[in-house]
Amino acid sequence: MNHAALAEDFIKDKPRAKWHDETLWFVRSKRDKAASALPEWETLRECAAQIKAHTVANLAHYLEQFESQATKRGAVVHWAKDAAEHNQIVLSLLQSRGARRLVKSKSMLTEECHLNPFLERNGIEVVDTDLGEWIVQLAGEPPSHIVLPAIHKKKEDVGRIFHEHLGTDEGATDPNYLAEAARGKLREKFVQADAGLTGVNFAIAETGGIVVCTNEGNADLGVSLPALHIASMGIEKLLPRAEDLGVFLRLLARSATGQPITSYTSHFHGPRPGAELHIVLVDNGRSDILGSEEFRRSLSCIRCGACMNTCPVYRRSGGHSYQTSVPGPIGSILAPSRDPKTYASLPSACSLCGSCTDVCPVKIDIHHQLLTWRRELNVLGLLPRSKRWGMQGMSYVFRHPRLYQWAGKLARLIVPRLPRFLLYNRFNAWGRQRELPEFPRQSFREQYEARRHEQQK
Amino acid sequence: MSSRNSILKSIRAQLLPAAERPDLNRDWLRYPDPWAQFQTQLAGVGGQAVRVANMEEVTASLALRPEFVAAKEIVSTVPGIAGNIDLESVQDPHALETTEWAILPAQFAVAENGAVWVTDQCVKHRVIYFLTQHLVLVLPAGEIVHNMHEAYARVTLGESSLGLFMSGPSKTADIEQSLVIGAHGPRSLTVFCVGD
Repeated sequence: MNHAALAEDFIKDKPRAKWHDETLWFVRSKRDKAASALPEWETLRECAAQIKAHTVANLAHYLEQFESQATKRGAVVHWAKDAAEHNQIVLSLLQSRGARRLVKSKSMLTEECHLNPFLERNGIEVVDTDLGEWIVQLAGEPPSHIVLPAIHKKKEDVGRIFHEHLGTDEGATDPNYLAEAARGKLREKFVQADAGLTGVNFAIAETGGIVVCTNEGNADLGVSLPALHIASMGIEKLLPRAEDLGVFLRLLARSATGQPITSYTSHFHGPRPGAELHIVLVDNGRSDILGSEEFRRSLSCIRCGACMNTCPVYRRSGGHSYQTSVPGPIGSILAPSRDPKTYASLPSACSLCGSCTDVCPVKIDIHHQLLTWRRELNVLGLLPRSKRWGMQGMSYVFRHPRLYQWAGKLARLIVPRLPRFLLYNRFNAWGRQRELPEFPRQSFREQYEARRHEQQK
Repeated sequence: MSSRNSILKSIRAQLLPAAERPDLNRDWLRYPDPWAQFQTQLAGVGGQAVRVANMEEVTASLALRPEFVAAKEIVSTVPGIAGNIDLESVQDPHALETTEWAILPAQFAVAENGAVWVTDQCVKHRVIYFLTQHLVLVLPAGEIVHNMHEAYARVTLGESSLGLFMSGPSKTADIEQSLVIGAHGPRSLTVFCVGD
C-alpha cells in the first residue's frame, strides 16, 4: 500500500476533505477544553505513563495474576498467539454452544484479527452494534477511526445506507430520525442474539475483571441478554490494580471526545448467574514489540484516538488511507511493527510536528518513534528509491561545505529565473499544492559575513 | 508447548528495565460544592439530577412526567416506589424488552464527571439498566465523592458480576458528530438524591 497515493484519492473531493479536517479539529478542541479543566492533567499523564511502564516490565506476572483471579471469579481465560488462533477460539465457543447470531461492541482487536469475515464464512451472523461501526459494516467498509468509525461519512451517506438496508425514507438526513431507525433494528438484534462479544478497554490483574467503555450502552445490552459473553483483549490492556483505573478513566474519554467520562463504564467480574464469560488474551506480535527498546512504549496506547484527531496528515487524508485497523500516528508505528514491508509508507505520513506526542494521554513519544521507523526502514532497504537517492544526495552535499555553498549560490541564481513548467511538474510532488518560497538574494552565511564586515569598519 | 506458555515464555525472554508504580495518594482535585458540580456535569451529558427530601417526593416528581404516567410497564426495586413488574419473578431477561421505566438503586455519585456507581448485586437481571426506555436512579443523600480516585477507594470490585459508572442516558454522535440522546439504551436518566 502507498499512503500518499490513497490520500490523493481522498483529497480529490476538496469540500469533503475540508469538512473531514474541520470535524476532527472540532473533536480535538473539545479534548483541549476537557483537559484544561483539570489542573492535574499533566500529573495524570505522567502517572499513566509510569503505570504502563511498570505493567509492561512485569507483564508475565500480571497476566498470570489476572488469569488466576479471573478464573476464581468463574471466567474462562483463553490464550491466542495470533489472529488465526483468536478467531478459531471464538468460532469454537460459538459453534459448541450452537450460537449462530453474534452481537459485537467495538473492538479494534477483532478488526486487527479480521474476525468478522472469518465468522461469516463459517455461517455466523455478525452485527457490529456500535452505531458508527454498524454504519460502516452496512457500507461494506472498515472503520476509518478507532473511536469514531464512521467519521468519514456525512449524514447524506448514512441516509442512503439506511434507506438501502433499513428502508428509511429516501433522502432522509436527520440524525435523530436515522439513529431512531437504527435503535429499532439493533434492539431487535440484541434480543435475538445467541452471544455477545466485547473488546476490553482495561483489565485488572488484582481483581481478574475487565472494563468496557461505551456511550451507547451497546456492550452492556449485548452481553446481558444472551448466555455467552466473549471478551477479546490484547495482552497490553492489563493494569495492576483497581486504583489505577482512577487515573486512566479520567484520561480516556477526555482525550477521546472531550467527555468527562463515557456514559457507561462497565466492570465485569465473572459471568452473571446462569451465563458464561470467556476472556481471550491475544498476543499477535505484541510480545515482539515488547522487546524493542525503541517501540515498546507504543504498547501503552489506550486507543483514545487523540493523536488522530490532532494529526494534520490524518485529518487531511482520512483513516482509510492508512489501510490498517488502527490508523493515524499510533497506527503508523504499530502497523510496520507487524509488517514493515507492506506499511513502509506510513511513518512518512507525518510532518514530525509532534502534536500527537503532546496530546497523548499516556505520553507515548509518537513522533520520535515515527522518525525512528524511517531510519529502520532505510536500514531494511524498504524506502522507495526516490527517497533513498534523494537522501544520499543530500547527505553528500551536507558533508561537503564548499559544495553546499556552491549549490546554494547556484540555486539562488537559477531557480528564480526558471520557467514555471520546469519547477511545477509531476516530478515535484511538493509543488503540487504549494508555491515555492521566494528565494533570498543572499544566504545566511553571506548576510552574516556582510554584517560582520560592516561592524568591523 | 501451549499458546499460554509460549506467550509467557516470549514475554519473559525480553529484558525490560524495571519501573516503579507511581504513588497515587495525592491531593487530587476536590470541589467546594460537590453536589453542584455533579448536577452540572450530569446535565451536560443529557441527564438530570434532582434533590428531594423523601421517597414521596420522588413519586410526586415522577407523577408530573406524562411519559411516566402513561407507562404500562414499570420495574422498581426501590422500596417506597411502586412498579408493576416484579423483577425477581421474571425468569428470562428477554421478557423485559418492553419495559418503559425502571427505578433502581444507585450507590454513590462522582462530582468530577457526573457519574453514579451502580451494581447488579440486588438486581436480578442487570440488563434492565440498559433495556428500559427511561431510567431513574435513587441515591441516598450525602453519598458523593469528589473524583475517580476517591470512587475507586470506595468500591470493592468483584463483589458483583457487574459494577458500572453511569453518566447520563445512552447516546451517540456517530452520525456527523450530531449528538442523539437514546442510542440503544435509556432515552432519559434521572438521578434522585433522597434525604437532607
